[in-house]
Amino acid sequence: MDLSELIEIAEHERASRRSIRIRCCTALGCQSAGALSLKQRLEEAATEVERQDIEVIGVGCMGLCGNGPLVMVDPDGVLYEHVRAADAPSIVAALDGGEATAPLGDPQHPFFTGQKRIVLEHSGIIDPERIESYIAAGGYQALYHVLHEMTPADVIDVITRSGLRGRGGAGYPTGLKWATVAKSHGNRKFVVCNADEGDPGAFMDRSIIESDPHKVLEGMAIAAYAVGADQGYVYVRAEYPLAIQRLQKAIAQARRLGVLGAQIFDAGFTFRVDIRVGAGAFVCGEETALMASIEGRRGQPRPRPPYPAESGLWGQPTLINNVETYANIAPIIRHGAEWFASIGTETSKGTKVFALTGKIRHTGLIEVPMGATLRQIVEEMGGGVPDGHVKAVQTGGPSGGCIPATLLDTPVDYESVQRVGSIMGSGGMVVMDDATHMVDVAHFYMEFCKDESCGKCIPCRAGTAQMLHMLDVIRAGQATPADLEQLEQLCLMVKETSLCGLGQSAPNPVLSTLKYFRAEYEALLNHNADRATTEP
Amino acid sequence: MAARTFTINDQLVSGREGETILEAARENGIYIPTLCHLDGVTSVGACRMCLVEIEGSRTLRPACVTQVVEGMVVHTDTERLRNYRRIIIELLFAERNHICAVCVANGHCELQNLAIAIGMDHVRFDYAFPVCEVDISHGRFGIDHNRCVLCTRCVRVCDEVEGVHTWDIAGRGADARVITDMRQPWGESTSCTSCGKCLLACPTGAIFRRGATVSEMERDPTKIAFIVAARDQRW
Ligand SMILES: Cc1cc2nc3c(=O)[nH]c(=O)nc-3n(C[C@H](O)[C@H](O)[C@H](O)COP(=O)(O)O)c2cc1C
Ligand code: SF4
Ligand code: SF4
Ligand code: SF4
Ligand code: FES
Ligand code: FES
Repeated sequence: MDLSELIEIAEHERASRRSIRIRCCTALGCQSAGALSLKQRLEEAATEVERQDIEVIGVGCMGLCGNGPLVMVDPDGVLYEHVRAADAPSIVAALDGGEATAPLGDPQHPFFTGQKRIVLEHSGIIDPERIESYIAAGGYQALYHVLHEMTPADVIDVITRSGLRGRGGAGYPTGLKWATVAKSHGNRKFVVCNADEGDPGAFMDRSIIESDPHKVLEGMAIAAYAVGADQGYVYVRAEYPLAIQRLQKAIAQARRLGVLGAQIFDAGFTFRVDIRVGAGAFVCGEETALMASIEGRRGQPRPRPPYPAESGLWGQPTLINNVETYANIAPIIRHGAEWFASIGTETSKGTKVFALTGKIRHTGLIEVPMGATLRQIVEEMGGGVPDGHVKAVQTGGPSGGCIPATLLDTPVDYESVQRVGSIMGSGGMVVMDDATHMVDVAHFYMEFCKDESCGKCIPCRAGTAQMLHMLDVIRAGQATPADLEQLEQLCLMVKETSLCGLGQSAPNPVLSTLKYFRAEYEALLNHNADRATTEP
Repeated sequence: MAARTFTINDQLVSGREGETILEAARENGIYIPTLCHLDGVTSVGACRMCLVEIEGSRTLRPACVTQVVEGMVVHTDTERLRNYRRIIIELLFAERNHICAVCVANGHCELQNLAIAIGMDHVRFDYAFPVCEVDISHGRFGIDHNRCVLCTRCVRVCDEVEGVHTWDIAGRGADARVITDMRQPWGESTSCTSCGKCLLACPTGAIFRRGATVSEMERDPTKIAFIVAARDQRW
């Protein structure tokens, strides 16, 4: 495989396209609403009318998953929502002046126009099951460019200057992490893609893989070249069968074309990728637990240092990044560090993908430039709460916090979100309306953390169980003001003493709701009760 | 091996390169409470009893796995650490059923000793009173999950010293339990050699000698380090 062959594939793919393309979302959200039978009916309908200029293709997520199945017709850009299989003939007939029975969507809605698509640039546009479709969109050219025209140090320099930070939650500078792995000594090095995505309400990474798997693979290959690795692993949870299937297909296709495997682009670079399927424990998203799981051991975190960059898989230097982080790599190489650094805010560059859910009119997946305000996201793009008002926005899942409606003008970047007591997290964004009781919210997340605690360290194992119990007592109206104080103390203790990020952040939903909605806790307290503490 | 000079609790101390804060502190006669640490087996930093403050470090660090660094300033006995250690011990007492007065390890229990050293006179949390099993299927030993603190000392000693790996952990969080083999009763374990090292390693009354009654489980966990030293010096 060389560049001319790659360009040939791209040109052939583009030339064989028909002028009218009916794009049908076949990502999981729309699949669960019946997109597969819809796609089949669309194909049948297109065949029936015997027109050679129509084609039906399955594409990845278009974003507005809550209104799925979605169908988009090119080149006119007509969007249909909530499409049933029975609507298919009318959609094809509409191309000849008929009337479609499916509701029309508005592609000019702020939900779409407010986005800036880098990670999701191909999502909903290309066919994720065909590598040719990715190549036609310019795919794997960044990898070619890197292998033939850049040294590993050049690549790291570009990523560093781009200002990209890890999208897995903590926002660690990606270039710095790559540089550390590149400098570490080992017999072998590994590159790992973290697609565990365990936060309730989050589906960004699943959607990225389902919609554009090659982009993640290309990012991993570039990373492997930069740090000197020859083996990659994608760690995906078993609950994501479609993502796994598409990834398997993508890896097989990439190997067949020689863009993965030995001697990629005849540049003396070898990189293989394998999938490791996790059993769905939230803690296995934590990097040291994830690596233990890949090695076949119990998925439990271990103290750091040593960091994976120094001693990771089988004791070798290992680069571990999130799906979305890798998906940013090829665009940065293609357009340059300066381009990427010009998007976003001073400290947070580029875009962030959010899974917008909860009490909101338009649920789905959006990608916005860093620094967009919560108000823009929730009220303009998301269309606000259907009936009622926004009370709070939860970001960061069980590790994050609730931001009250009064702070909706907070720009979404790592530092600002942290300043108001939450975290950017991996991209879950749950909107809550006035009917939501914040103590219930805290309870929900604490129950999640208690169930997902691995049990290794005492503060998290016994602390989450105890905090959950205390929230139960509060909800039952049996807690005293002293109990509330004790809960706060325990929160601080668990935060400061737990071994890994799960325990360290488990108290955040309680602490942030206490900070902004303390009155709701206090209203539940029993000021007359004198609850005796347990005597030994 | 190069020496490292640093400060613990305003006292200038020396340690060796690669040594942990815990080791250096002990050599210098400074006490840091521990529970999951056991001389002779790998440290896992799990119980968090040994957390110390290091000036300039944002987070508390476990002394049992943190290496000494030239010039570091360590505090092992601050108000905050004392408070957190007490909460850890209280959480353990509330988590399972520790009724010292009728326990085989009464008077010889590391958990009890820690509670006394910390001055824990009562537990401020509600007890969970979980239903826990007692397995006395093994001919010589028994395991009482009511007393287990999940320190994994038994797991590590059996794996690393006896080389058997009879013990492991099953389940997650509060449901986690130490298990033998594939969660068979201990007596049906085909791997256990009945060496008794787990019994030596256990800090509480969880693993006991059958026939032992209240306060009779006296044992000397330092023997593990002795066995390891003896093994390592043979060639
Ligand atoms: C409990 C816990 C769960 C985590 N889950 C994920 C996850 O699902 N996906 C992810 O990318 N990172 C997760 N992380 C963060 C990873 O440990 C790691 O920091 C990240 O994968 C690094 O990638 P990045 O630098 O690209 O963000 C989790 C961390 C913790 C503590
Ligand atoms: S903080 Fe929780 S999840 Fe992390 S190691 Fe401790 S018990 Fe396990
Ligand atoms: S008696 Fe020895 S072999 Fe048996 S479980 Fe205990 S340590 Fe392992
Ligand atoms: S049985 Fe004893 S040694 Fe094993 S984990 Fe429980 S308390 Fe620790
Ligand atoms: S899954 Fe179809 S639009 Fe997101
Ligand atoms: S002794 Fe260090 S964490 Fe348990």
